[in-house]
Parts: sequence; structure tokens; C-alpha cells
Amino acid sequence: MSKEKNIAESTKYETFTQEEYMVMKDDLLRPIEKTGKWGKIWIAFLTVIFLAGVIAYYLQESLGKSVTTGLSDYTMWGVYISNFLFLVALSLSSVFMSAVLKLTHFEWYRPLSRIADVISLSSITMAGICIMISMGRPDRLYFLIIHGRIQSPIVWDIIVVATYFAACVLVLFIALIPSLSTCKNHLTNLPKWQLKMYEILSFGWKGTAEQWKILKKTVNILTVLVIPLGIALRTVSAWLFSTTLRPEWDSTNFGAYFVSGSALLTVAVMIIAVYAFRKIYDLKKYLTNMHFDKMGQAMVLFGFVYAYFNINEYLVPAYKMSSLHANHLLNLFVGEDALFYWLVVLFGIAVPCILPMFKKLRKPFTLTLIAVAVLIAGWFKFYLIVIPGLSHPLLPIQDVPPSWAHYTPSTIEMTIVAATIAGIMLLVTVFSKYFPIISVWEVAEGKLEGKEEIINYK
Amino acid sequence: MEKENNNSSRRNFLRLGALGGIALAGTAIAKAVTDESPKTTGKKVKVLTADGKLIEVDSSLVDHHASNDKFSKEEVRQGIEGKKFIRVIDLAKCANERKCVEGCQKAHNYLAPVEYIKVKKMQNSALESPYWFPTMCYHCDNPPCTKVCPVDATFKRSDGIVAMDYDRCIGCKFCMAACPYSARTFNFGRPEQIKFTEEHGKDTSDPNHCATPYAQEGTVAKCDFCTDRSAKGLLPACVVECPNGAILHGDELEDVVTNGEDTFRLKKLLQDRGAYRQFEELGTKPRVYYLPPVARNFPFEDATEAHNTKE
Repeated sequence: MSKEKNIAESTKYETFTQEEYMVMKDDLLRPIEKTGKWGKIWIAFLTVIFLAGVIAYYLQESLGKSVTTGLSDYTMWGVYISNFLFLVALSLSSVFMSAVLKLTHFEWYRPLSRIADVISLSSITMAGICIMISMGRPDRLYFLIIHGRIQSPIVWDIIVVATYFAACVLVLFIALIPSLSTCKNHLTNLPKWQLKMYEILSFGWKGTAEQWKILKKTVNILTVLVIPLGIALRTVSAWLFSTTLRPEWDSTNFGAYFVSGSALLTVAVMIIAVYAFRKIYDLKKYLTNMHFDKMGQAMVLFGFVYAYFNINEYLVPAYKMSSLHANHLLNLFVGEDALFYWLVVLFGIAVPCILPMFKKLRKPFTLTLIAVAVLIAGWFKFYLIVIPGLSHPLLPIQDVPPSWAHYTPSTIEMTIVAATIAGIMLLVTVFSKYFPIISVWEVAEGKLEGKEEIINYK
Repeated sequence: MEKENNNSSRRNFLRLGALGGIALAGTAIAKAVTDESPKTTGKKVKVLTADGKLIEVDSSLVDHHASNDKFSKEEVRQGIEGKKFIRVIDLAKCANERKCVEGCQKAHNYLAPVEYIKVKKMQNSALESPYWFPTMCYHCDNPPCTKVCPVDATFKRSDGIVAMDYDRCIGCKFCMAACPYSARTFNFGRPEQIKFTEEHGKDTSDPNHCATPYAQEGTVAKCDFCTDRSAKGLLPACVVECPNGAILHGDELEDVVTNGEDTFRLKKLLQDRGAYRQFEELGTKPRVYYLPPVARNFPFEDATEAHNTKE
């Protein structure tokens, strides 16, 4: 892969000129200047779904969870928790699709990094909301501070989610400062408040050599920091399960297994986001076929790592088939949830491992289709980790109402889940309407081909 | 100069002492006055008079009534000194009559299908015979539930009881995920239950009434070994209600367990009868022991009806 990278670098990036920069800047700022009819419809659509979720939550809290959710004493964690795991997975985009690539000098990260950072921030925001929604007593949230006990994985989770959220804000914002200055200087026919916002947020950025030095140093430090933080976030959310005595979760592999799954999902979500932005904002010059080619390769790599952990998680216990595991595993392999499970294996593991191996399928459209399948299967994978795990406890479930033995998410629950997903898309869309979704300076810097010179973007 | 300073500081000190003395005396008098007049609690309780009439009186007029024994938050967390509650269940005696389940529901004022104590049909292997298995919170000595609680709403007391603080619980349900015995139940706010709690939540008429109420909406509930009854030397509702005396409740420190009729030496019983604890290998160290279903009092009869069909 590194050999390929060298070739790509030497052939793709030419010396960068001021005129080229002006063109680039115009291209990348264009989406901010005007929003088309479809853009407005899209934003309205997402807002409606999000508001439906808010109403659903209001209903849930006022009517009681007994009426509004499908939860029971056995499956007391439902789609809220599985969706939380999914959202946390997406929030690692900043780690896998920006920070790791940046540190290992995969130059093609440049136009992707901001998209990844925005997805991370939006996902971790919605993930945080998702935990609160699943709480029985959200009015007692502050008890976590006044009565919090550090030995509880929930407290670890709260700490790491909050820290990662702060890190995501910083990672996104610090790299945004020069872009804000560009916006301020080049976008004139915008509402006054918006220009004022750019001015305030750019913190008097002048683009002096010293400022650049500080900025780049800060970005570097944050890039290094966000990786262990992201891994910690993912691992702690896996520990919410593996610190229990339930056999299906009782695995030393769980943290790494979750991290690997989230690497695959971040690639999938990035492919979809890049495809959408490239198409809608007409950024084909920046988000090129080469990016899809690379992301397709990354998908194969992460797909195989994920498959490896899946083999460890499912096939090794299945080989022994202890009576503790048999109940749960047989249900997945040949029992009630078998079709569900094998579809998820097919689309969530086999498809990303095999299909993008063919160069023809690493084209934007086909790869995006694959990514959509992987992402949907990924969502269901977490459902399969949480819910069948709960409905197959050590002591058999007997003599309970039918709805207690089989969990089906209610309309209210699904509305709220849809709202969190819509919330992410809404945040990303709105962000892209106010800020350049591709980091102008980072792309420009890439085109400088390693020259030390810093351009003063005016 | 120096002398004057000393004097004034001493004067100040004396003045302060006098003030303090008056304050102390004042509170003592106030306390004495309030202690003399019995406070009406406003809470009505039903009592049986000598001539057999059921009347309602203010709870302050009744000595030793369960509803009067309000344990302070601190006491509830600490547990009863000199006690170590323990339970032995004789599987040979359980016929799945479900009296323990109903008795518990009544004593704690909650409705089916929620059950603090459940009776499950178990069969270890095809060649062995099935048996009835009453299960509840085992009040483990290494409780996985209290470990994971983020706010210390569930905790281990010195008397062995794993208790719940409903005013503290935030409803994250992690304790329910952590419990390998599925002993915990969550108040999802079922309308029937809310209505029932409103009407009967303070009803203390049940002879087995337990002061620990059913959980508030959005919090976790479970078997509490009828904490207040255990404290007063009364047997928990399930023990009293079992017609076959299958549940033996007692104190490890006294080395005694009883079902109300027969009393046994705990250690001797456990040793002689091959007692075991459920999922010993998990290391949770339950405080509930089982005596294997050998030499049964009656043959195993399968349950013909499902009890909890309604949600």
C-alpha cells in the first residue's frame, strides 16, 4: 500500500499556485453561498424526523415506558442501547478516517478529514443523547455527579463520552480557524450575523507564520490524542457488556472486537458521506475516484480484521459449545434469529471483505451501494449483540407474558432511533451550509508537495 | 497594651461561652417539650380491637407498627447490627403452589406479572427428573449488581442484605444486566401498577406487610428479604406463605434457619443435606442455599396453566 501511495503522491500533486488556490477556494466555499430547493427540502425533511423524535420522547416520558416501549424485565436494554453502540462506532470516524491517515502520511486524507470530524462530533452528540433517552429517571441525571462512583463502567462511559465530545469539538474547531478566516474574507453576500460569526470564531486569525506554527502544532497534538481517546471510548462502551457475567458478553475480546467493527463502519459511513457531498456540492475535483479506490481498500482491510474478531467471538465458543453459550449461540446459528444473524454476517462481514477487492466495484456508485449495505448490517449487528444476549439469560425465562420473552421495538422507540440518525445527518448538512466541508487550507497544503512555505490565504 | 488585649479576648471568650450555654439549654428544653406531646402522623392504620372490630386510628397511637418504623436513610444503608440474614430452600418441598409469589406481591403492594420471587421448572438432564426451583435475589456476598451501580443506589449492607434506594436510582438498568440470576425487575410505569400504588401503596393491612414499598416509576426493584420484618424477627412474606415450609429463613450468626414451623441448625443442615448455591462458579457467593430435590414430599406435577399471560 505504501508503494502505491508514493506513486500517487508524486503523480497527483502538482506545484500549487495562487490562481489554483483561488479556484479551489471558490469551489469549496460555493455550497455556503447558496442553498438550492432540494437542499431546503432535505433540511426540512430531517428536521421533521428529528422533531418527531422529540415528540416521541415527550410521549415516552409522559405516558410511561410500559405503554410506549417494548422493553421488559428481561430485555430492559433495547434499541436505544444498540443504537448507542452504533452511534459510538460512527463517532470514531475522526480516528480512523482522519487522525490515523494523517499520522501515517496517507496524503489522501486531506479532503476527507473535515467530513470525518463533523460525522464524529454529530455522532457522539447523538450517542450521548441516546444514553439519556434510555434512562429510567432522566431527572436524576445530576446524581451521576453528586453520587457518582468511579468503579461503575457507566461512570467511565460518561467520562469518556464527555471527554471525547470535547476532543471532537477541538479537533474540528482548531482546524476550522483558517477556513473561517477564508469565509470571512471571501464570502460577502451573506447575512450580517453570519459574517460576524465567522469573525468572532476566527479569533483574529491573520495567518502569520507564528499563528500557523501554533495551529499546526495544536492540530498535531490533537490528532495524536484523539486516537487513544477514541479507542478508549469504544472499549469502554464494550465494557458495559463484558463486565457482566452473561456468557454471550463475557469475553476478553470485546473491546478490540468493538473497535474493529467501528473501523469498518466509519469507512462505510465516510464512503456514503463523501459520495453525497461530491455529488451534491459538485466536488468531484477534490473527492476523486482515487478516494473511493482507497476507501474500498480500507474497507477490505478493516472487513478482514472485523471478520477475524467475529470468528474469535462466535466460532471459538461454538466449537466448545458449553451449556452456558449453547442457548444463545444456537439461537443465532440455527434458531429463531438465524436468518437475521446470517444476513448480518453476509452483508456486514462477507460483503465488505470480498466485494471491494474487485477494482471495478471500488467505483463511487458501486462502493457506495456496498457501504450502505455494510452500514445497515452494522446497525443490526449491534441489535444482535444486545437483544438476543438479554433474552437468553442463564436461568430460563418461564411463565411470563409473551411480550416479555420476545422484544419488539415499539414505534416510539424506532421514531426516536430514526431521529438520532436524522439528527446526525441534519448536523452534518447544516454544518456544511455554514462552513466549508472540505478543509481549504489542508487541501492547499497537500498541493504544496511538502514545501515548507505557508501561504497567507487572503 | 498586651494585658488589655488578653483581657478583652478572655471577655469575648466568656461571652461566647454564655451564649452557647443558653443555646444548648434552649434546644434541650424545646426537645423535652416536643417529646412530651405525641405527634400525630396523619397516617391511618387499621387495628383490631379487643372485641373484634376493625378500626382506623392514627399510626402514632400504635406501638411497633410497621409503618411507624421509619428507618433513616443511614440506617437503611447500614443494616441491622449483629445479624447476617441467610436463606435455605428445600427443593424437595416445593410443589409450585405459588403462594410465595402471591404473598410477596401482596406484602410489597405490587402486581403480577412482576415477581420478586419466581418458581421455575428446572431439569438438569434428560435422565434426571424435573423439579421446581424458587428463585429470587440471592443477596450475594460478592454482588455483581452493586459493583456496577453508578450512583450507589444498590448496596450491600452489613446484615447481608443487598438493598435498593429508590430515591437514588437513576434507572440505567445496568444492575439488571449484571445480575446473572435475572432477579431484578424494573418499574416501567405500567398504568395498572401506578393506579394500584396510588390506591394501595400505603396499605399496611396485609399481615405480612413489608415496609419497603414497590419501586418508584423508572427505578429498579427486587427482593429485599423483607428488610423491616427481618429486622424485627418476623419472617418474610414468602416464608410465611409457603404451605410446605420449603423456604427457610434465618441468621447465619445465630446459626439458625426456620420456616416458621421447623427450626434447623444452619451449618448442620447445609452439611448433612448436600446444600449448594446456584452457579457457584460465577463467584457471586449467594446467601441463598438450595437443598437438592431428593426424597421428595410429592411427585413432580407439571404446571398446566401459565399464570402471567397478561402483560
